[in-house]
Amino acid sequence: MNHQLALHLADNALILGHRNSEWTGHGPVLEQDIAISNIALDLIGQARNFYQYAAQLINQSTQQPNIPSTEDSLAYLRESHEFKNCLLVEQPNGDWAKTILRQFFFSAYQFYYYQELQKSKDSTLAAIAEKSLKEVTYHLRWSSEWVIRLGDGTDESRSRMLKAIDELWMYTDELFENTSYEHKAASEGFGVDISLFKNDWDKKVKEVFEEATLPIPTKELNNVNWFGKEGKHSEHLGNILAEMQFLQRAYPGCEW
Amino acid sequence: MNKENKIKTSNISNAGKKDWPLWEIFIRSKQGLDHKHAGSLHAADAQMAIENARDVYTRRMEGVSIWVVESKYIHASSPEESASLYDPANDKAYRHPTFYELPEEVKYM
Repeated sequence: MNHQLALHLADNALILGHRNSEWTGHGPVLEQDIAISNIALDLIGQARNFYQYAAQLINQSTQQPNIPSTEDSLAYLRESHEFKNCLLVEQPNGDWAKTILRQFFFSAYQFYYYQELQKSKDSTLAAIAEKSLKEVTYHLRWSSEWVIRLGDGTDESRSRMLKAIDELWMYTDELFENTSYEHKAASEGFGVDISLFKNDWDKKVKEVFEEATLPIPTKELNNVNWFGKEGKHSEHLGNILAEMQFLQRAYPGCEW
Repeated sequence: MNKENKIKTSNISNAGKKDWPLWEIFIRSKQGLDHKHAGSLHAADAQMAIENARDVYTRRMEGVSIWVVESKYIHASSPEESASLYDPANDKAYRHPTFYELPEEVKYM
């Protein structure tokens, strides 16, 4: 089992968790502020599990590592090009519509992904997937309801949803584009063949968009020149890391 | 400065009118126990109230079941009537079962 897949899954969860945490204290109402912060915490918890496992794999494969990897070093001391998260999760929060649409696209993806990952030959990955799936099931329910509420809501909420679709749809292609490490892990039975649940994901989006009376975007080719899963990120990730990693880089080893 | 403050206050009261209704939340912490009043929160409808209650009141494994009811449907006794409602119970000691002697065999009373 290669550590790259574990890192990819960890990075996805960490970056979206961090993005959601930017809402803490700024949510539209207190209850939703708590809801989005809870989701952020769930995602950061998933990230920790994957990082711990990735660190273990990295340390095993290195002969006498001088400085062993830890969950903290992986989260706080890697450069932008070393992050393997997809571009969707690093997109800026925008307004509430954009944040919940990003969450909906990604939660639907994680929902089917973790269902498959539960069957992994790697018992650690399978266990993390099983634990995380309960959280993701709720994230999907919560974000689906918000997509419906805003899409089928007032003129303003609807126009904001349409704008969010315009801004985010192009990043959904990447979710289903295989990297070499995903392909390898899937063929060895550790990872997930992401093409398996592309139809399920499409169906889920269609179902929720129909209820929200939102148009389903016609399929566009991926016009984006970056490929986040292989470390080619937009400028947004650099900005996230600058803020997220500042403390550890300015005061190495600093603790609460 | 005063003018500014006034404008702000009026904005807040206008926003207040569009606020989501208030809901009372009841959580059952264990199978077999009663639902207990946990607090109140704002939500647009019952579904959202349950989800908000899940996020606000059950984060530390407090709950296995949630009831929500819109606060306007709760009818409360008036504090002014408390004398007529509750005081008479005070001087009727014979209503309390404290005068019975419990047989030794009876436990857990």
